[in-house]
Amino acid sequence: MSKINELFNEKINVINVGIESFKDDMIKQNATVTHLEWMPPGRGNPEIIAALDKLEEPTIAEKIEEANKLAVEKIVNSQPVLIGFDQAINVVPGMTKTTILHAGPPITWDKMNGPMKGAVTGAIVFEGLAKDIEEAEKLAASGEITFSPCHEHNCVGSMAGVTSASMFMHIVENKTYGNIAYTNLSEQLSKILRMGANDESVINRLIWMRDVLGPILRDAMKLSANGIDLRLMLAQALHMGDECHNRNIAGTTLLIQALTPLIIQTDFTTEQKKEVFEFVASSDYFSGPTWMALCKCALDAAHGIENSTVVTTMARNGVEFGIRISGISGNTWFTGPAQKVIGPMFAGYKPEDSGLDIGDSAITETYGIGGFAMATAPAIVALVGGTVEDAINFSTKMKEITTTENQNVTIPMLNFMGIPTGIDVRKVIQTGIMPIINTAIAHKDAGIGMIGAGITNPPVEAFEKAILALSENII
Amino acid sequence: MTVQVVVKANTYIDSVSLMSLSTKANQIEGVEQAIIAMGTEMNKEVIRNVGLMTQEVEEARTSDLMIVVKAENEEMCESAFVGIEELLTKKNKPSKGSSEVKYSTIKSAAENIPDANLAIIAVNGMYAPREARKALENNLHVMMFSDNVSIEDEIALKQLAHEKGLLMMGPDCGTAIIGNVALCFANAVRKGNIGIVGASGTGSQELSVRIHEFGGGITQLIGTGGRDLSEEVGGIMMLDGIKALQEDEATKVIVLVSKPPAPIVEEKVLAQIKKSAKPVVVWFVGGDEEKVTKAGGHFAKMSKEAALKAVLLAGADESKINKRALNLPLVEEVRAKLKPEQKYIRGLFSGGTLCDEAMHIAMEKFDNVYSNIQREPEFRLKDVKVSQDHTFIDFGDDQFTQGKPHPMIDPSTRIERFIQEAKDPSVGVIVMDFVLGFGAHEDPVGAMLPAIIEAKQLAEDEGRHLEIIGYILGTELDSQNIEGQINKLLAAGATHASSSQNAGLLAREFVVKGE
Repeated sequence: MSKINELFNEKINVINVGIESFKDDMIKQNATVTHLEWMPPGRGNPEIIAALDKLEEPTIAEKIEEANKLAVEKIVNSQPVLIGFDQAINVVPGMTKTTILHAGPPITWDKMNGPMKGAVTGAIVFEGLAKDIEEAEKLAASGEITFSPCHEHNCVGSMAGVTSASMFMHIVENKTYGNIAYTNLSEQLSKILRMGANDESVINRLIWMRDVLGPILRDAMKLSANGIDLRLMLAQALHMGDECHNRNIAGTTLLIQALTPLIIQTDFTTEQKKEVFEFVASSDYFSGPTWMALCKCALDAAHGIENSTVVTTMARNGVEFGIRISGISGNTWFTGPAQKVIGPMFAGYKPEDSGLDIGDSAITETYGIGGFAMATAPAIVALVGGTVEDAINFSTKMKEITTTENQNVTIPMLNFMGIPTGIDVRKVIQTGIMPIINTAIAHKDAGIGMIGAGITNPPVEAFEKAILALSENII
Repeated sequence: MTVQVVVKANTYIDSVSLMSLSTKANQIEGVEQAIIAMGTEMNKEVIRNVGLMTQEVEEARTSDLMIVVKAENEEMCESAFVGIEELLTKKNKPSKGSSEVKYSTIKSAAENIPDANLAIIAVNGMYAPREARKALENNLHVMMFSDNVSIEDEIALKQLAHEKGLLMMGPDCGTAIIGNVALCFANAVRKGNIGIVGASGTGSQELSVRIHEFGGGITQLIGTGGRDLSEEVGGIMMLDGIKALQEDEATKVIVLVSKPPAPIVEEKVLAQIKKSAKPVVVWFVGGDEEKVTKAGGHFAKMSKEAALKAVLLAGADESKINKRALNLPLVEEVRAKLKPEQKYIRGLFSGGTLCDEAMHIAMEKFDNVYSNIQREPEFRLKDVKVSQDHTFIDFGDDQFTQGKPHPMIDPSTRIERFIQEAKDPSVGVIVMDFVLGFGAHEDPVGAMLPAIIEAKQLAEDEGRHLEIIGYILGTELDSQNIEGQINKLLAAGATHASSSQNAGLLAREFVVKGE
């Protein structure tokens, strides 16, 4: 029987695209109808649609599917393990005494926003390169400081991402593929360097982190036989109600639980160890950077796969939002303007005080947690509009723009669906659905710090530039 | 400025909820600044920094909730506290648990709904072919309502559909009934044993409605889109549609409707009819009887005739059918009322084939029939806004729908034109269609009614009779209440025609002179 004749004998089940009133009429006649949330692909821009069309030609599409399959396999199979802590100058590739790494795509001193300038000058003072903030500003503008994106040094940095030579770093090794990722230690929340604050209290905390916290963690991890399996811990934290970007309560508890037996064996004083535990307990954010390094470690393994349209980096420098694509290897960034972050703010601050979206922390969404795993964290639904349903919708919606589900990291509330993994540039352009990012809000001016948290999206321009480049590169 | 502070002892709210509350509180009218926070040192510091520190705040404990409001005056402060209290006590609606999943692409919907079998595409013609291709690739039959799609795209899509054995109805296909579900613009009609393949939307609607009225019913109504029988497209979908109905057990009789096909395509269609074991009734508006008969088909010149032939072939008892013969006494009566100079018909249609049918009926007796859809360039209106002699206008044609909804939904353009025609002393008859059914205007006669009453009055004041014929395409099952529509028409002094065919015949006969 032909398919047309089969249709005559089936119950009509319609996918309705466009005029919604057609749906209502069909439902009145007991037909099953699904109305699509449809938008013109590529915002209706013919050039973008042509690029999309090219990538959908059967022979090209087949190559892409194969490449993307490999890319997400690498992301899913990566096993990032925390193997140690050390100072940046000792471990980070390309680090020098006058290098300052920052979040997001490349940016020059004159273009940096308030929080990043605040963090940079604070770091210069912290490193002893200038005696005060004023002198640090002159030095930063002099050309003697090398600015470079964290991402281009196997690193990620939250918010301003500012990382200098003597800061202590997580060292995370990908046991499956051998690559290593680094990230700074958490300064905990609020008035801190990475949020742009740089007064004496901030510098003093950094000094304590360099002289006490960092060395204790370094020595502790030297006592760990196999390191700490971060992916396993991440999966547990998600099951305990974290989305591991804006909410890190469970993850922090799990991490310090694993570190504690090691820390107490180190040669530091009880008073110093107590300071470390109190510091960790002072906010829930301690494990935040740790997950970022995990994500970076997994995504770097998937970068540089020919013909892949999977996004391997999303990062912001406070002025521009940049993405990198697996199929376009190396450090080619596709950028658009950084967006506003919408969400609740600390008492006393208003939306106009906010700096624009900043930080490498969107690496968590690139991996599939954070906003993508929002359904695991009903406790913080206030950040995303207020209802548990909204949270669930964010996670299911992200499946529309991703390649697969990562069954190593699951969401109990969605029947243990794996986290949506492998953002596909083609799907973003086709649907107009932008990745959803949970993030913090820094004050727009230097020296103040965190003032809230909420959600944001990447600018569509970054994806449009990427798809044009992909359509030219893929043959 | 007034500052007021409330400290609620031992009231804990988590920090994220508090941020959300503060944000909303700051949006309350008249509030200069509102801070809702737990009594921690950090929060007190913030309050101190903005200069709102009070004794109460100073003394608040970590477990106390502090509410500080700075507003224009005391009254506004008070109302702000009322608002904040509401925010504090307001509970969100309980979650529905699993919410309805929404899809953004045909592909993801098709993958997640394994029973999906048909896609209706009604997006801008610029994007429609792409979506149709996705649907076909995912093994969905397609009905494409969108127009402004290139003929190259149409051919490619129909070829793809043909290879995959799928329906590709359209582009510009507004009418179909599949599995007794009316799609887009179609009428509610009885289930039966007659299958229709139509390259014309309102033509198909008219057939299904007349078949219903004559007691018959429909198995499937497959729309092909108006260009299917052009030389370029080659009737791909009409041929596949006929084949499917030939193989369909429930279908006993097949009816085809179209404008005259390209000769080479007509041959193919007739060859397919020749192979048919089932009777096929062919109504190609203005078509050729001989060719059809030669191919073993049943020729129909007009719509009612086609429907009647179909129901008889399907086994209806002729003696029980009210054929609705033309009201000849009425013809005499109206002829007598019209002045000698009232020579012309003006047809104002929302349905393209209804217009075409009335026009062809007029052309049988007059050689000065003009239209915006005339195939002969000589008789095409120079300016679609200006009528000439006998004029028939299809308001559904592109010239009238650019950037506007179809006249079946939005009658405004036709109303305007109607008044213009009514003022013309050379006009004897204005004939109009009113389409009911799914997708159509909820009260099409009602929308035209004030204009009809006004026109009648205007003519009367000028001492002439203006004859207005209304045809209502619909069944008693349609939601618009066809009886009510007819009554409105009659009450306004218009004549009600019982079919598209009769509307055309009445209009013509009213103005025929000297017979």
